Amino acid sequence: MTANGEKRATGKVAYINARLLDPATGLDATGGLLTVGETIADFGPGLFAGGQFEVGIPDDAQVIDCKGACLAPGLIDIRVQLRDPGEEHKETIQSGSRAAAAGGVTAMVCLPNTDPPIDDVSVLEFIARRAREVKLVKVYAYGALTRGLEGREITEIGLMAEAGAMGFTDGVKATADATVMRRALSYATAFGKPIIQHPEEPSLAAGGEMNEGEIAMRLGLKGIPAVAETIMVERDLRLVELTGGRYHAAHLSTAGAIQRIREAKANGLPVTCDTAPHYFALNEMAVGDYRTFAKVSPPLRAEADRRAVIEGIKDGTVDVIASDHAPQDQDSKRLPFTQAEFGVVGLETLLPISLELVHNAHMSLIEVLARLTSRPADVLGLRSGRLAKGGPADLVLFDPDRPWRIEDGELNSKSKNSAFDGRPVQGRVLRTVVDGRTVYTLDR
Amino acid sequence: MSVAPTPSDGTRFPHKNLLGIEGLSPDEITLLLDLSETYVEQNRRPDKKQSVLRGRTLINLFFETSTRTRTSFELAGKRLGGDVINISVSDSAIKKGETLMDTAMTLNAMHADVLVVRHPFSGGVALLAQKVNCAVINAGDGSHEHPTQALLDALTIRRRKGRLAGLTVAICGDVMHSRVARSNIHLLNTMGARVRIVAPPTLVPAQADRLGVEVFTEMEPGITDCDIVMMLRLQSERMSGSFVPSVREYFHFWGLDYEKLGAAKPEALIMHPGPMNRGVEIDSEVADDVGRSLIHEQVEMGVAVRMACLETLVGQLPSLDGAEGNTAQ
Repeated sequence: MTANGEKRATGKVAYINARLLDPATGLDATGGLLTVGETIADFGPGLFAGGQFEVGIPDDAQVIDCKGACLAPGLIDIRVQLRDPGEEHKETIQSGSRAAAAGGVTAMVCLPNTDPPIDDVSVLEFIARRAREVKLVKVYAYGALTRGLEGREITEIGLMAEAGAMGFTDGVKATADATVMRRALSYATAFGKPIIQHPEEPSLAAGGEMNEGEIAMRLGLKGIPAVAETIMVERDLRLVELTGGRYHAAHLSTAGAIQRIREAKANGLPVTCDTAPHYFALNEMAVGDYRTFAKVSPPLRAEADRRAVIEGIKDGTVDVIASDHAPQDQDSKRLPFTQAEFGVVGLETLLPISLELVHNAHMSLIEVLARLTSRPADVLGLRSGRLAKGGPADLVLFDPDRPWRIEDGELNSKSKNSAFDGRPVQGRVLRTVVDGRTVYTLDR
Repeated sequence: MSVAPTPSDGTRFPHKNLLGIEGLSPDEITLLLDLSETYVEQNRRPDKKQSVLRGRTLINLFFETSTRTRTSFELAGKRLGGDVINISVSDSAIKKGETLMDTAMTLNAMHADVLVVRHPFSGGVALLAQKVNCAVINAGDGSHEHPTQALLDALTIRRRKGRLAGLTVAICGDVMHSRVARSNIHLLNTMGARVRIVAPPTLVPAQADRLGVEVFTEMEPGITDCDIVMMLRLQSERMSGSFVPSVREYFHFWGLDYEKLGAAKPEALIMHPGPMNRGVEIDSEVADDVGRSLIHEQVEMGVAVRMACLETLVGQLPSLDGAEGNTAQ
């Protein structure tokens, strides 16, 4: 994608010869799209249809020939850790934003487990200011559910909601106290914000390092049982019944928890959930010979769980695929497995790994995209995540079939702890557009 | 033995390191046991000194305290004529924030020939082995493996029973946290023994049956008709309400005394990797029964087995005159 021969950008950009994909409406057709300033002015199958004659393109528009590539709403990643403020040696809002842009992610929501944690309005404002300065992708944040993420006293949920917090969570820690969770679910209903849970019963997971089972036993590693997740989801669903609160279970990894959410949805409870690519693309075997880049929380599970996660995504039980981007530097990972930190980076591999669901014939392209765009937007009440006239021009242009190999050395993220290093994948982001501005183009 | 072992032949033991029993073939295990056997006899002579390790440096690197295993390796190295250094890292570098990787690089720069490493975390020794050029012997890593312990146990059994294949061995106690149990299970299964584990349900590892063992939670059925009863040490922090309610209750149900031992074969032998908790997992009377307890013999075999392991791994290093060794990765 070069600017050679294209008209000068004057605030209008015409995308021609695109395969337009809009999961919100089911649109999947060849057509064009026009952005004016920060918004989508027009789009549709008939727009600029005329082959090389480019019918109807405004004279002052820059023209981008998509050459048949997919043009879709930019991805919305609802679970990332940006480590800024506090652990800027692992990631910053700048480096994380570059990674997001390279991954086709136009909006992301960071967890409050920064240092200091995002447990009051001032930290929230700091992040918003840094994101404005960096000005690549849209950076949103969750507020901490409890002060200092300590699980005891609820934070100023209302004030933080007013200041832009997208929801409330204790990040990578479960909100374990049932009364705290009950009150949070109840109180947050006044502000229309979801409570996001890291669903893991801490007393069952304490000291655990990987999924409980044969491999953990052979390696002599302490296991985390699958029921640690199921039990917490079951408890929370009871509290949702009691309070009517908006509940979102993060990064589901087990067949049991997905089945519980499936039942809760059938019963009409206001619950949603997400999973991360590593839970449907990998299983506990990836730990292999103490591979710390496969140490994640919750742990990679058994093959039956991995298949259940795919089923959950297919039937809509799992609303969203989020990267659960967790940058860790070398010093945090090149350690004995027991001492290594949890987490993998994922912003830049979210799309290609999710597209494996398409290439492996589990789902259609538009269905997979829905879980990366319109559904996360719905969970958080965002206007983006769809192609809409007058809506924000947050777009990703990608080739869904182009083969490439994930190389950790080429990641934009400051940390290179990918679980997918060396993996051959299909599907490559060609261009990322945020509010009409191109923030990333593939230079190959 | 009719055929003299040829330990320095790298094609018969194609490993640079000894990190675990899992993955070793029956022939490789037999090779090490046969060579150990020759050292048992030599160690009983007044002149025990050998020169196989002359000019070689052996570093005992212990990230976890140990008397028995460290001393055994030290003796083995010295009897083979090597220069032996002991480093306890638990009280020096780790407290200064030096990482395992830093320690590995530092020791590598000192050009040791063999590193004997104990580490409190599973996989710690393998991680260190990736970073050094010398041969590495795992002297115990977390709950993972303790290969020389399994070899010395096998040697002890083989000398007494004449074989390993076809024997029934019960491994009793805290199997969940035991690296000794894992290495023994792998070795005994590889050599064709029948392995049982006997433990309170809270100390049976998840999916233990996948190791090819029979699982019992009661002692008497568990050791019925066994040839060997192998007891494991129960760590004190697991005795009082976390995994088992009390020492008293543990001893009552899972401690080995003559009454429970009656279920085993009359000629059944008793083993323990040490150090023993008398009155916890084993009754003193049973432990000190010279006719049945192999506990002291295990210690003796330990030195011989470690000499054999050292000789075998050193035989694959480049020779002292600079010629290539038989190293096979």
